[in-house]
Amino acid sequence: MLPKQEVVAMLLAGGQGSRLGVLTKDLAKPAVPYGGKYRIIDFPLSNCVNSGIECVGVLTQYQPLVLNEYIGSGQPWDLDSVSAGVRVLPPYQRGRKSDWYKGTANAIYQNIPYIERYNPEYVIVLSGDHIYKMDYSKMIAYHQEKKADCTIAVIEVPMEEASRFGIMNTKPDGSIYEFEEKPKKPKSNMASMGIYVFTWNKLREYLEADEANPESTNDFGKDVLPTMLKAGERMFAYRFEGYWKDVGTIDSLWESNMDLLNPKVPLDLSRENWKIYSRNPVMPPHYIAKEAKVQNSLVAEGCNIYGLVDFSVLFAGASVAPGAVVRDSIIMPNTHIEAGAVVQYAIIAEDCVIGRNATIGKRPEDVEDKDKWGIAVVGDGCRIREGAVIPPKAMIDRDTREGGGRRKCAVTMCSA
Amino acid sequence: MRGNNVLGLIFSNMHEEQLRDLTENRTMGSVPFGGKYCLIDFPLSNMVNSGINKVGVITKRNYQSLMDHLGSGKSWNLSRKREGLFILPPFEAEVYKPNDQIELLASAQTFLQNSKEEYVLLTDSNIVCNIDYSDVLNQHVRTKADITVICHTGKIPAGMAAPAVYTAGPDGRVRDMLINPRTEGECCFGMNMMLIRRELLIRLVSDCVSRNLNNFKRDLLQRNLSSYQIYVYHFQGFAKLVCSEIAYFEASMSLMLPEVRAQLFDPRRPIYTKVHDDMPARYGLGAIVSNSIVSDGCVIDGEISNSVLFRDVHIGKGTRVENCVLLQDTDVSPDCRLNYVIADKNVLIKNERSLLGFQSYPVYISKGSIV
Repeated sequence: MLPKQEVVAMLLAGGQGSRLGVLTKDLAKPAVPYGGKYRIIDFPLSNCVNSGIECVGVLTQYQPLVLNEYIGSGQPWDLDSVSAGVRVLPPYQRGRKSDWYKGTANAIYQNIPYIERYNPEYVIVLSGDHIYKMDYSKMIAYHQEKKADCTIAVIEVPMEEASRFGIMNTKPDGSIYEFEEKPKKPKSNMASMGIYVFTWNKLREYLEADEANPESTNDFGKDVLPTMLKAGERMFAYRFEGYWKDVGTIDSLWESNMDLLNPKVPLDLSRENWKIYSRNPVMPPHYIAKEAKVQNSLVAEGCNIYGLVDFSVLFAGASVAPGAVVRDSIIMPNTHIEAGAVVQYAIIAEDCVIGRNATIGKRPEDVEDKDKWGIAVVGDGCRIREGAVIPPKAMIDRDTREGGGRRKCAVTMCSA
Repeated sequence: MRGNNVLGLIFSNMHEEQLRDLTENRTMGSVPFGGKYCLIDFPLSNMVNSGINKVGVITKRNYQSLMDHLGSGKSWNLSRKREGLFILPPFEAEVYKPNDQIELLASAQTFLQNSKEEYVLLTDSNIVCNIDYSDVLNQHVRTKADITVICHTGKIPAGMAAPAVYTAGPDGRVRDMLINPRTEGECCFGMNMMLIRRELLIRLVSDCVSRNLNNFKRDLLQRNLSSYQIYVYHFQGFAKLVCSEIAYFEASMSLMLPEVRAQLFDPRRPIYTKVHDDMPARYGLGAIVSNSIVSDGCVIDGEISNSVLFRDVHIGKGTRVENCVLLQDTDVSPDCRLNYVIADKNVLIKNERSLLGFQSYPVYISKGSIV
């Protein structure tokens, strides 16, 4: 029998994140690198530890290798304790049937035995695709205070953007009377952050009912929460103030990285009282050469910079050769930008080589047809040939066809 | 493959007096170096990268900072069920007080006796280098040596305490050993690292203790030159002995050379250190940086050149920092001017201060000072 845990966190990390294109070709969205040394999952994991939650189940399904390896024993987040800590929970085979996770609710349903071992009062459901610092213990205290069955974290978004989110309409006491998923005419601008606190007994009841319903898609947003609301359960909205960003698209991932460079954005990741932890690379501090120019940028350890870097985020082990230019871009770990190459408004994934004098992306000012402009993305392990030109909005993929030994890159235009 | 039958032994307190201020509140091993490391990270990582599974760290005094740095040894992959990291605080006995190297070894006798490894590799912690000890072991076994001392050829670093100069025959066997000789030119001097059979070490140490001999180089090595097979191993790579404040400063500055970094931070043999979880360094609008080493957590709004910045150093707008070594959490306010300064941890330099040292005499600002 394991010691009781008041709160168990369940982190949904199985999504493909197809809108991130080549970046999530070989890894799950929560494992996408962010902010010079982090991966997206560092945020919910660090928030859990900083909020005093000791027990975190990570539900994986899509491309779990990198994610599993990254989480490991959970030691970088202090989640390697003897009786609790972080557990990776993949779908598994059972006596009579085996299933992939059919939906978010089904993923939790399949892991009821894991949760029950800790006999918790509350379960907090998190997702692995947001960048934010949040004290979950305050939200749980609010849930207790309201004697709620379910509490949903909400954040105020600009009214004109409200139609992109799931909107919670609340009464003055904070109780939710209506959900609207991406409403055309939103009644409020309180968007759901995808963070739910449930009283465990209640949730288990609804998960079992949801599983028994053959018409359900087994999803929290589409099925479980509306059913609970219809049944008149106590559902409250918990208002969060602070930085929160969904990084599910190329544009938002790029923007969110750039937010770290903006001193006005309240997102300090090394503040002692709420640090974001991560698995640290074993590399020396970075070196900035005599002829280099670095401004308005975030540079991680192990980088060697001889060229010009402006408004960019450079991950561990990246290098920029003399005469190369990196502007408004994200360069992920161990990528080399060779001499004379120009990278602008681009995301270059891990272990790439951008050949001499190659050009990646363009500034929006330099593109006449604004519809053709967008962030250029180079997938991991690509070698861009000398002098190649990669237009804005392009997505470059590593060709997986074998033969010849050398990996080639295929250019695919992204229409989305 | 892990495991090579060698036990590592690191002296964390040797030669502290040479660094004066930097070792006032800490051991030699915990002297910060190179932006994010402590000196002991180099011998520890070298051992781990050479397949040594068990490392004892011999301490003498002021070892709080060292224990804080080492923790369980996790960062060096030495927090293990079998073997791992052992901190060996001083142990007094009736016949000796652990003051010098021989007595310190005698005080670690139980640890040495209880170990199973056939060989012991001893090293000081003030040598910055990236060395593959398995090469040393191979030579040791091949030459059937009793003792192999690791040497470097060059000028003896100024300020080195009792340097040992070796003359070896073509087979590598030591013919002559001089301690603190008068030489000007290049010679083959010991790096205070040696490989020896564990049982032989235990015997030689207890011989010395029972005769009240307590000079390691003179009594344990020099006296036994003819009775044992002592060989030299020539280390060719970059090695810098941190034996004075100037040497510390010079060693820090040499990190700006690409060939030094390539050798010292060889990705095949990485240098490990305690993890800090800081954000990557942030450069602000108008930051000007040239020829510098910068660590995570730094926020730079001013101008820096030829400097080593440790973690969480803040450089204000309009400030110019040249030829400086700024340790962790140094906070330099706007509009200051710093040249040839070594600032210890947590130093605060207030607005518009100007501190100028000289290449041969950098200004040292002690831990926690406010200027």
